[in-house]
Amino acid sequence: MPMDWIMGLLGGLMIGTAAALYLLVSGRIMGASGILGGVVDGTGRDTITERMAFVAGVVAVPAISVLSGANPGVTNATSSIPVLIIAGLAVGIGTRMANGCTSGHGVCGISRFSVRGIAATIAYLFFGGLTMLIARHVLGVI
Amino acid sequence: MRLIVALLAGGLFGGGLLVSGMTDTSKVQGWLDVFGAWDPTLAFVLGGAIVPMVIAWRIAGRRERSVLGTPIPAPSEPVIDARLIGGSALFGFGWALVGLCPGPAMAVLGFGGTSAWVFFAAMVGGMMLVGGLGLISRGKAPA
Repeated sequence: MPMDWIMGLLGGLMIGTAAALYLLVSGRIMGASGILGGVVDGTGRDTITERMAFVAGVVAVPAISVLSGANPGVTNATSSIPVLIIAGLAVGIGTRMANGCTSGHGVCGISRFSVRGIAATIAYLFFGGLTMLIARHVLGVI
Repeated sequence: MRLIVALLAGGLFGGGLLVSGMTDTSKVQGWLDVFGAWDPTLAFVLGGAIVPMVIAWRIAGRRERSVLGTPIPAPSEPVIDARLIGGSALFGFGWALVGLCPGPAMAVLGFGGTSAWVFFAAMVGGMMLVGGLGLISRGKAPA
């Protein structure tokens, strides 16, 4: 089994444990787009400090790991500003319209056998794959 | 207490994203590139994340409240509407273009440079737009 797959499984277990902790101790769904969306559009005003503490953890732990040299911190992200803006807008609009992303619908939804979570996951995987096919192999833009 | 748990859960989530390689956009794009050099890592990440959560939902099903007293979120009604599918399709499009979804988009802020901040700012702008227009899918999904 390649090392990347083992690290994927290990990191996945960490993600799932975080979601389980947040659910069982705090009674919350660990969905990245929902937690952040509630901060930026004001719908999560009642729980804003809790949301911001969560976001602080998400940003701080990887930042510290990379700055301390424990992880190389490679993102391989494009530097094309138009592509970043179009993709960022699509992810922001799409995840809020659908009320969930990879963590909410994917991790928390599928594990609950939620019909909506499974339907959303099929949709974003299908359209993600289709976009990759067209953008990379037909148009050659990414 | 609530803030400490949120910080811990967020930290473990961010650490998991980094360890699993999901902060590397080439791994995410590789997963979606079924017709190219396909990279199955994401399946291991999602599979690994679902295992503790299946157990957690079983435990949650036997209790009405969390340890801190908040009710366990009720299951969503199985409503599949245009916003759920259309929103997810739009998300999939943006996810493939850059290789970042909302969790990793936050996790890379500390080391991803200008690209990370431009993507994050656009994503937040998109979220504010949807919130402002009240376009969120109503099925009360896990979000």
